[in-house]
Amino acid sequence: MHEYLIQGGTVIDPTGERRADVLVRDGIVAAVGEGLEPPDANVIDATGCIVAPGFVDLHTHLREPGKEEAETIETGSRAAAKGGFTCVVAMPNTDPTQDCVSVVEFVRNQGLAAGLCDVRPSGSITVGRTGTQLTPFAELAAAGVRIFTDDGSGVQDPLLMRRAFEYALDLDIVLAQHCEVARLTEGAVMHEGHCCSEFGLPGWPSIAEELMVYRDIELVRLTGAPLHILHLSTAGSVELVRRAKADGLPVTAEATPHHISLTDELLAGYSALYKVNPPLRTMSDVEAVRAGLADGTIDAIATDHAPHAPDTKERPLDQAPPGMLGLETALGVSLASLDMPIADVVAALSWNPAKIAGVDDTHGRPIAEGEPANLTVFDPNETWEVVPADLASKSKNTPYVGVQLQGRTRHTFLRGQPTVLDGAPQR
Amino acid sequence: MKHFRSIAEAGPDAVRRLLDLADHMAEVNRRPNPKVPALRGKTVCNVFFEDSTRTRLSFETAAKRLSADTMNFSVSSSSLNKGESLRDTIETIAAMGVDAFVIRHRSTGTPWQIAQWTNASIVNAGDGWHAHPTQALLDCATIRTAFGRSDGFDGLRVAIVGDVKHSRVARSDIEAFSMLGADVTLVAPKTLLPPFTDRMPVAVTTDLDAVLSEVDVLYLLRMQTERMTEALVPDLREYTARFGLTPARVPRLADHALVMHPGPMNRGVEIAVDPAEIPGSVITQQVTNGIAVRMAVLFDLLGSGSLPEATS
Repeated sequence: MHEYLIQGGTVIDPTGERRADVLVRDGIVAAVGEGLEPPDANVIDATGCIVAPGFVDLHTHLREPGKEEAETIETGSRAAAKGGFTCVVAMPNTDPTQDCVSVVEFVRNQGLAAGLCDVRPSGSITVGRTGTQLTPFAELAAAGVRIFTDDGSGVQDPLLMRRAFEYALDLDIVLAQHCEVARLTEGAVMHEGHCCSEFGLPGWPSIAEELMVYRDIELVRLTGAPLHILHLSTAGSVELVRRAKADGLPVTAEATPHHISLTDELLAGYSALYKVNPPLRTMSDVEAVRAGLADGTIDAIATDHAPHAPDTKERPLDQAPPGMLGLETALGVSLASLDMPIADVVAALSWNPAKIAGVDDTHGRPIAEGEPANLTVFDPNETWEVVPADLASKSKNTPYVGVQLQGRTRHTFLRGQPTVLDGAPQR
Repeated sequence: MKHFRSIAEAGPDAVRRLLDLADHMAEVNRRPNPKVPALRGKTVCNVFFEDSTRTRLSFETAAKRLSADTMNFSVSSSSLNKGESLRDTIETIAAMGVDAFVIRHRSTGTPWQIAQWTNASIVNAGDGWHAHPTQALLDCATIRTAFGRSDGFDGLRVAIVGDVKHSRVARSDIEAFSMLGADVTLVAPKTLLPPFTDRMPVAVTTDLDAVLSEVDVLYLLRMQTERMTEALVPDLREYTARFGLTPARVPRLADHALVMHPGPMNRGVEIAVDPAEIPGSVITQQVTNGIAVRMAVLFDLLGSGSLPEATS
């Protein structure tokens, strides 16, 4: 097995920030220190770069099984590696749904076969994500599922959701909610505000999200079970989570790169590239979400990477599916959009989500001798623009073409093996 | 102008130019042989993904009076039912050689999407709740003619009554009337208004009787009965009582006030009087003017030079 010396970079990990070379051998970090000179190592130049534990995405749609024309576990894993991720949580809205052990095992095995990042399947909360019957939480937990969600839609029935929290209590699992009261968003295409009023598009009100955020926080207060709130997008939601945390409730939250960088005004040209669920909100929401990340109310940046085949995004806006790519642009969008120390951005991309996903035994670790070598090396100052043809993702539905991003992954290591070197996938 | 997709996108100069041109077209239409060779050799394709009789006929007549060739495509006879995508449909028709597409679609924004797939000009004949700019032009032409106001609408008071929220006519009329200087008031319950109106150039009220005697133009919107199932108003009887033009309300209009409606009318709902018994009704003039403004739009997009004289 090769040995790699990551030389001349700045290490950022949960213990702090320091100049150090990092020696990777046999899947682990073999040495950390200044001026390492191992005779047989391949030298990886990290001058001007940050060396960090690999990123962990709590929210990835890999589309396999069911929509392999949009993405496969292999192409999505490659996109993840290019974005600096060493672990992704695969969302359950596949076909068939990830609601039983056999589908979950399939997804995990496809991830292992691709070998580009750790693919951790989530499980759905309800069978077929239809919101009526709980999935076998314990059986799925025994198969390694940590995060349960009906993402794509929220669990509408408050009684069923209460039961889910109560039943989850002893299983060391996390229920993750896509907060959307469906009755309030029927036919909705974009955020309900001045723009939708002018553009003549059906509105997606903030309160549809906030009502469910509030409901589930109160269910956490009642039951004591932990809750993770997916892709939080409104100023009101940020405030609800802030208060829940102040009350000491076991609530975590994530925000997407697009909800800290894009607004509803972009729908002016009627391009479905900007249609996403939850929708792009207003600038004051964007600022509130950024502030929530800065003060720790929001724990993690999660991509909600949602590939869609080109013909589906060319449908009329009300028929086009919501979602946009995220894995390859998450770092560049985050550093370009957030006025936060780089270490805090890395925390939101790495060890914070690692804890929520329950993968903090192998990901988001300190970079120290003997630790698993799941690492990313990125240049925080490189400015770049997306070239659709260069995307590893099978789909190209990114709204960031022509937008200047800041910060780009150079190298990614998974269990000591390079998955990306000099920006190029290694398999 | 390459496309005519919304009043706002066209801008005030184009709107005034088109209205002046429409006056000229109206003159053509009054001739014994109302046909000019202005667009001879041009092909206009009416692509209607949503049922429409009057708008499609109006566009077709307009194109023919300018001597353009016309093709008609409507959804019932289309291959969309066979699963063909919007893009494939447009590209297929475009390959036959089309200079302008006249598009009607139930989904907002389609004229902008379609413009990416063809070099032809796009005329928006109504997209979703968003825009119906030729309707706004014909409404402006009707008001100009009735009041002799080719200078603009400064000081003119217009009330638009009814379901503004779901109305592409209302959105385009608000843009056009206010662009020309009119004061626009929306009369509707909150459930039938766009969620936010405070950045629109309008006043808002729920009290039709308070504005009735003060308006120069009363513009009634079609109340679609399917809105009942969405609980946007309790029932049609209450809607008519609060927002309909009833026999009791007609005499309270100013003598000079115009009553307008984009059609088709729901008799007994928004208009509970025979339009023939409303002194200020210009509803049939609106239909007539529709042809002239659509001729103006097509000529502006596809024509060159000045308008030729009649061929007869």
